[in-house]
Amino acid sequence: MTTTVYVPRDSAALAVGADRVARQIEAEAIARKVDVRIVRNGSRGLFWLETLVEVATPEGRVAYGPVTRADVAGLFDASFLSGGAHALNLGLTDEIPYLKKQERLTFMRMGMTDPVSVADYEAHEGFAGLRRALTLAPAEIVQQVLDSGLRGRGGAAFPAGIKWKTVLAAQAPQKYIVCNADEGDSGTFSDRMTMEGDPLMLVEGMAIAGIATGATEGYIYVRSEYPHAIATLNEAIRHAEQAGFLGDDILGSGHRFRLTVRKAAGAYVCGEETALLESLEGRRGIVRAKPPLPALQGLFGQPTVINNVITLASVPIILSRGADFYKNYGMGRSRGTLPFQLAGNIRQGGLVEKAFGLTLRELLYDFGGGSASGRPIKAVQVGGPLGAYVPEAQWDLPLDYEAYAAVGAVVGHGGIVVHDDTADMSQLARYAMEFCAIESCGKCTPCRIGSTRGVEVIDKITSNQNRPQQVILLRDLCDTMLHGSLCAMGGMTPYPVLSAINHYPEDFGIEAPDRFAA
Amino acid sequence: MNNLDIATSIAAAHTNVPGGLLPALHGIQDALGHVPSDVVPAVAEQFNLSRAEVHGVVSYYHHFRSTPAGRLLVQVCSAEACKAMGADALLEHAKKHLGCDVHGTSADGQYSLEPVFCLGLCASSPAIAVNDEVHARITPALFDDIVEEARQAS
Repeated sequence: MTTTVYVPRDSAALAVGADRVARQIEAEAIARKVDVRIVRNGSRGLFWLETLVEVATPEGRVAYGPVTRADVAGLFDASFLSGGAHALNLGLTDEIPYLKKQERLTFMRMGMTDPVSVADYEAHEGFAGLRRALTLAPAEIVQQVLDSGLRGRGGAAFPAGIKWKTVLAAQAPQKYIVCNADEGDSGTFSDRMTMEGDPLMLVEGMAIAGIATGATEGYIYVRSEYPHAIATLNEAIRHAEQAGFLGDDILGSGHRFRLTVRKAAGAYVCGEETALLESLEGRRGIVRAKPPLPALQGLFGQPTVINNVITLASVPIILSRGADFYKNYGMGRSRGTLPFQLAGNIRQGGLVEKAFGLTLRELLYDFGGGSASGRPIKAVQVGGPLGAYVPEAQWDLPLDYEAYAAVGAVVGHGGIVVHDDTADMSQLARYAMEFCAIESCGKCTPCRIGSTRGVEVIDKITSNQNRPQQVILLRDLCDTMLHGSLCAMGGMTPYPVLSAINHYPEDFGIEAPDRFAA
Repeated sequence: MNNLDIATSIAAAHTNVPGGLLPALHGIQDALGHVPSDVVPAVAEQFNLSRAEVHGVVSYYHHFRSTPAGRLLVQVCSAEACKAMGADALLEHAKKHLGCDVHGTSADGQYSLEPVFCLGLCASSPAIAVNDEVHARITPALFDDIVEEARQAS
């Protein structure tokens, strides 16, 4: 009898030796003359347990982790192939509390399937959304996305359906779907997990977007720092083409849609949509002034839907199960679920997909189990390097776009970076300015010059040179950057800076904030 | 073929690709290990661009190098999530261990050290990459082992 064993191929598993574990299992199986089929699945997103090895048993999949190469022989001795007891046995995967407590919609298949297998994907509701879309008129598909309340998951939270509607209405010889997979923010990995662990979901979402808007060409712009994601995507696209889900005549419907993966080149600002389009066109990734909107004049001057990976990956389930199903998750104007990413100094870091409305405290302690260092958590940066540092007083706010905006913070893409009490907030604020200075595209003055001045001013504050005046100057500078920058790079760098000085003034050597600006 | 011929033929193969300059530069860097400044005029000619425009693109993006890297390119993630787990100290350790500064190459041409902004392993910090192979939860001792193993394999 053949036993199926799952060993993840996600980068986070590879980075702790998953390939070695897989090779060792293979070698042991041969030596012990047992029949084992190894499937390289995506990651479940429980990264502290990687390498998480699963075994298919009649009762369900049994998990073992974290497994290293040295554990493999012992696992065989403990007859793990039939779910045997072992110190690393975590029980049935589905019953692991961290997973069981989640509401996985977009990530429902994550870690369950072979990422590049079309058959595996279809066996788990894959391409059901595309098949339904093919029975609808383009405007009806767009209406589904509008009704679902889906907002851009890349950070800006702009309603996805509005972009699609604009592109559908535009008249042009060629339209494009562009996927922003330039996931450059620290603390985010849900895009990478999608591309490595369930890339066909992104392929399906983009094909639906193409059919909905009349676009026949799609580009996925992926960071050069993600070589595994690029390779997996290309493999998935090839398989989807062979199975007729991409190409000149999708499933015989007459619809045409082709996908190309483009490798980025390490410029953070290319995660901004117009800079990304410039880069795709083969130029320096310099931000464009808007208008014109990309929906009307985007890639190569043509109407373009540009959405982030998770936005597009959320579309298949909206189509397959209906807008109402999706909309019933969440709160207020934040509908559906968000794959939160717990990162940094956290004991149980990983992916937590939940409906909007849970609190940071639940994420940090119920899921995360507190800091990795065991020290008190001091500050939590939500929404990436351009997001605010959220102090403990705000950890009970619901994670909802509007509730966070009301306190000068951002939910963004749901990336959460935890710092313990050894963090020096003045140095993190300085780093935010320094990073902006390095990565600014240079087009607008507040960002290009302001960031360099920001580093200097923070240095003067921390070394107590005219500190009170410098604090006023820093706030003034942040105000200029917030309101005068062309894009979010300069326009949001003040968020971490101001939140650090407002909530942790003692780290800057000042007693109390003179006023709360943002 | 010399560098110039290789770069010219790669560029020529991309002139009909929409927005083909970046894919061409990737191809050249993959083939030559860097984008030498003396191939820029030939690339520019293929794309009917000025040398300044091509130079501008090469120099804008962190990924493109105009000088060769060491045999091992060691990238240490320096973003917030890794900082929260001691990435700054790890980078200092890397400088000493490899004998080169950030953005530098060791005197023997063995190592190049680059800080990188996020390898997407933020829940397994701190993280490094050695010639595109990723490693997570790095301690100084583990760093030394990984680099030594990669050096012997290269």
